Amino acid sequence: MSTISRRRLLKAGLATTAGLAGVAVADRLAHHFGLVPPDAGGIFGPGETLTYATQSLLTRHTLAREFPRSMISTNPFAVPIAPPTEAFKHSQAIGFSDWRLTVDGLVRHPASFSLADLKSMPIESQITEVSCEEGWSYVAEWIGTPLHHVLREVGVLPQARYAAYFSVEPTQWDSLDMQEAMHPQTILAMGMNNGDLPVAFGGPLRLRVPLQIGYKNIKFLNRITVTDSMKAFGKGMGSASPEGGYAWFAGI
Amino acid sequence: MDSAGAKACARWSRHTCYTAAVVTAPTPVVTKPPRHAAVVRVTHWLTVIAFVALVVTGAEIILSHPRFYWGESGNPNMHPLFSLPLPTSRPWVNNGFGTAMPDGNGWGRYLHFEAAWLLVLTGAAYVLWGLARGHFLRDLVPVRGERSAGGFYRAVRAYLSGQRTAASHAHTYNALQRVTYLAVVFVLFPLMVWTGLAMSPSFTAAVPAAASLLGGRQSARTLHFLVTLLLVLFVAGHVGMVALAGFWPRTRAMILGRSGSVPGEEKP
Repeated sequence: MSTISRRRLLKAGLATTAGLAGVAVADRLAHHFGLVPPDAGGIFGPGETLTYATQSLLTRHTLAREFPRSMISTNPFAVPIAPPTEAFKHSQAIGFSDWRLTVDGLVRHPASFSLADLKSMPIESQITEVSCEEGWSYVAEWIGTPLHHVLREVGVLPQARYAAYFSVEPTQWDSLDMQEAMHPQTILAMGMNNGDLPVAFGGPLRLRVPLQIGYKNIKFLNRITVTDSMKAFGKGMGSASPEGGYAWFAGI
Repeated sequence: MDSAGAKACARWSRHTCYTAAVVTAPTPVVTKPPRHAAVVRVTHWLTVIAFVALVVTGAEIILSHPRFYWGESGNPNMHPLFSLPLPTSRPWVNNGFGTAMPDGNGWGRYLHFEAAWLLVLTGAAYVLWGLARGHFLRDLVPVRGERSAGGFYRAVRAYLSGQRTAASHAHTYNALQRVTYLAVVFVLFPLMVWTGLAMSPSFTAAVPAAASLLGGRQSARTLHFLVTLLLVLFVAGHVGMVALAGFWPRTRAMILGRSGSVPGEEKP
């Protein structure tokens, strides 16, 4: 027994050392290739990092599923929104003609766009599914300007790593890594199912992120800030979601 | 050693077969191989940890929407395929039982996916080891004479008649047990992973067939729930059988590798 256990002890020791070294190397590589999410601290960090790293590698050159027009849900659902402020109601009364989307941060030409400005850019439409973290979903057609058009217009600086985006509702803000911000299906949605985007679904302007779960699709969008680090935003975990206990990356 | 013992011993093809040594030597010098290999024991308990975390967080997530649909999409404005008679954790999905449940989707989802990684990595390690070492062929594929309806019939009859496993068979499984374990390892757990990934908008972007082969995202979610029920049923049966066969000796065997101090004399 003792001779076996010495050999086994040696083997177990070597395996443990190799395992720890492997984890250390993987950690260095993940940091080097930007595969560590801003909310990687804490006990859920390892799982979240594995999910984010795997899924961002998987989706580097792929598109979210698109559906035929016949599959558009006749009964889409939206989580009830907070009562709109007086300023919002005023804006709505004048057809959101005063709505502005400000784009600033690590860009050459910070700018502010009206909805008409955005509509004058190339418009795309996609029939994709919104999947809520609760489990329900619906398919809809989303019409708007791909975010990459806007980001190219303002000239993103090379050190940019994230696009943080904000709603008129101060508690609603989030961010995407640049890969997903530049993804062809990440669009500034202004229309839904051949009409204007209803306020209940985030109108007049919602960021549509079809590669992720519903809560990344922030409603009533009015500001985008390009940055190299999410540390200075909120508690530095990438979005409002981790501050409420939810993962920053929601690809699943 | 009797012939039954020798037969049981012959199944541990990769370990030294000690029958002759035991018969001739006054004191056996070669110890029996452990009832469960170290890899089996470690991966078993890691799977237990991951499975408990997955079931608890899965239940927590379901409470936010205890309705199930078939096809691609389904939401509170649509008729469900079936609905669980439970209070919910979100006010817009009222099943007639109010919104009484705590909302744990945040940590629930974080832990669900972390536990899923633990389960997948543990399962992969176990399956690779099992294939490399012939564990499945040796321990889990039914033995030659039992690969028939008769083999299963004998196993079921033994259970129904309350017959206890003979000491000589304490190191092996009957055909029913073997097929059940194989189904759990190679059918149910892979189905759980597949149906889980089929709900991911990122994963289905890379592998659209993961969702479409199942009939859509909501079908995948419903199947994810139903296969969970099968696995919970398996665990109930598994723990029940362990309790009937002797809870502590069997549990000790899954922790330490051996059930009793004297090899071969363990309580069935």
